[in-house]
Amino acid sequence: MLTIAGRIFSSRLIVGTGKFPSSALMRAAIEASGAEMVTVALRRVDLNDPGDDLMTMLDRHQYVFLPNTSGARNADEAVRLARLARAAGAGEWLKLEVTPDPRTLLPDPVETLKATEVLVKEGFIVLPYMNADPILAQHLQEAGAAAVMPLGSLIGTNQGLLTRFQLEIIIAQARVPVVVDAGLGAPSHAAQAMEMGADAVLINTAIAVSGDPVRMAQAFAAAVKAGRDAFEAGLGVSGPVAAASSPQAGLDFLR
Amino acid sequence: MEIICNGVKTALDAEISLATFLRGKGLNPDTVAVECDGVIQARETYEGMRLREGMVLEVIRFVGGGASC
Repeated sequence: MLTIAGRIFSSRLIVGTGKFPSSALMRAAIEASGAEMVTVALRRVDLNDPGDDLMTMLDRHQYVFLPNTSGARNADEAVRLARLARAAGAGEWLKLEVTPDPRTLLPDPVETLKATEVLVKEGFIVLPYMNADPILAQHLQEAGAAAVMPLGSLIGTNQGLLTRFQLEIIIAQARVPVVVDAGLGAPSHAAQAMEMGADAVLINTAIAVSGDPVRMAQAFAAAVKAGRDAFEAGLGVSGPVAAASSPQAGLDFLR
Repeated sequence: MEIICNGVKTALDAEISLATFLRGKGLNPDTVAVECDGVIQARETYEGMRLREGMVLEVIRFVGGGASC
């Protein structure tokens, strides 16, 4: 079981609600994923065309809403978005994102740490999106982050675990859950993260933009479970020399 | 009178409450967050709060999203 800030989750897959072709498909895919926590974003309402209301499309009792601060370029903007998210009724959970560079959407480590310190004091349950930097993970943990969310690769790039070696260090050192976020484009990427001992993964783009989001959500759910099962069962050590899996004794009759 | 809501000048017939304004725009006051002149308003105050000439409102709510934009 995954526990974040004292709350128990039976699914280790967290899904985003962006980029789906329709609300109906989003709902169906989230249901199929088995996720219990979903990320959402905050934006101005278009008063001329308010459209569907996400809060009424998803059952608040079924899912933990994890609002993000996407679009924030510094700590002040992120803190403002966080307070608005709480005012909009999302509760205390927060995926902190501070991404000043639109080309890479890399998280700003200094501003992210600053915002974490402020928001933890205000009672938020802060899950910061961060580069896969083991030292930064420790600073965020010390600042009171409820989990850390290091990236596998740049957001939306589907490149998988390019940060694998840093992720291994982060996982080995962390006292809070490690949720691998961003860049996981295929179920095999999610399985790899889980095999390494990540506590959970967050997937949005790979599910939402696939040809069949419901089926892809199921595929990710299966991959996350497989990866976790393998981690708990204990993976063998890889090595450069062959090790026979058939008995070496009892071959005398051949020679 | 006129207020500025989400960056757009908006004419109002009279001083109405924030809750009435939101409902008039087809919004559920329970699912939005509102800043009035830069200050986040607690939801319990929406009914009692009167909109006044020149007020600047930001009405925000949740949309689908995973990571940055």
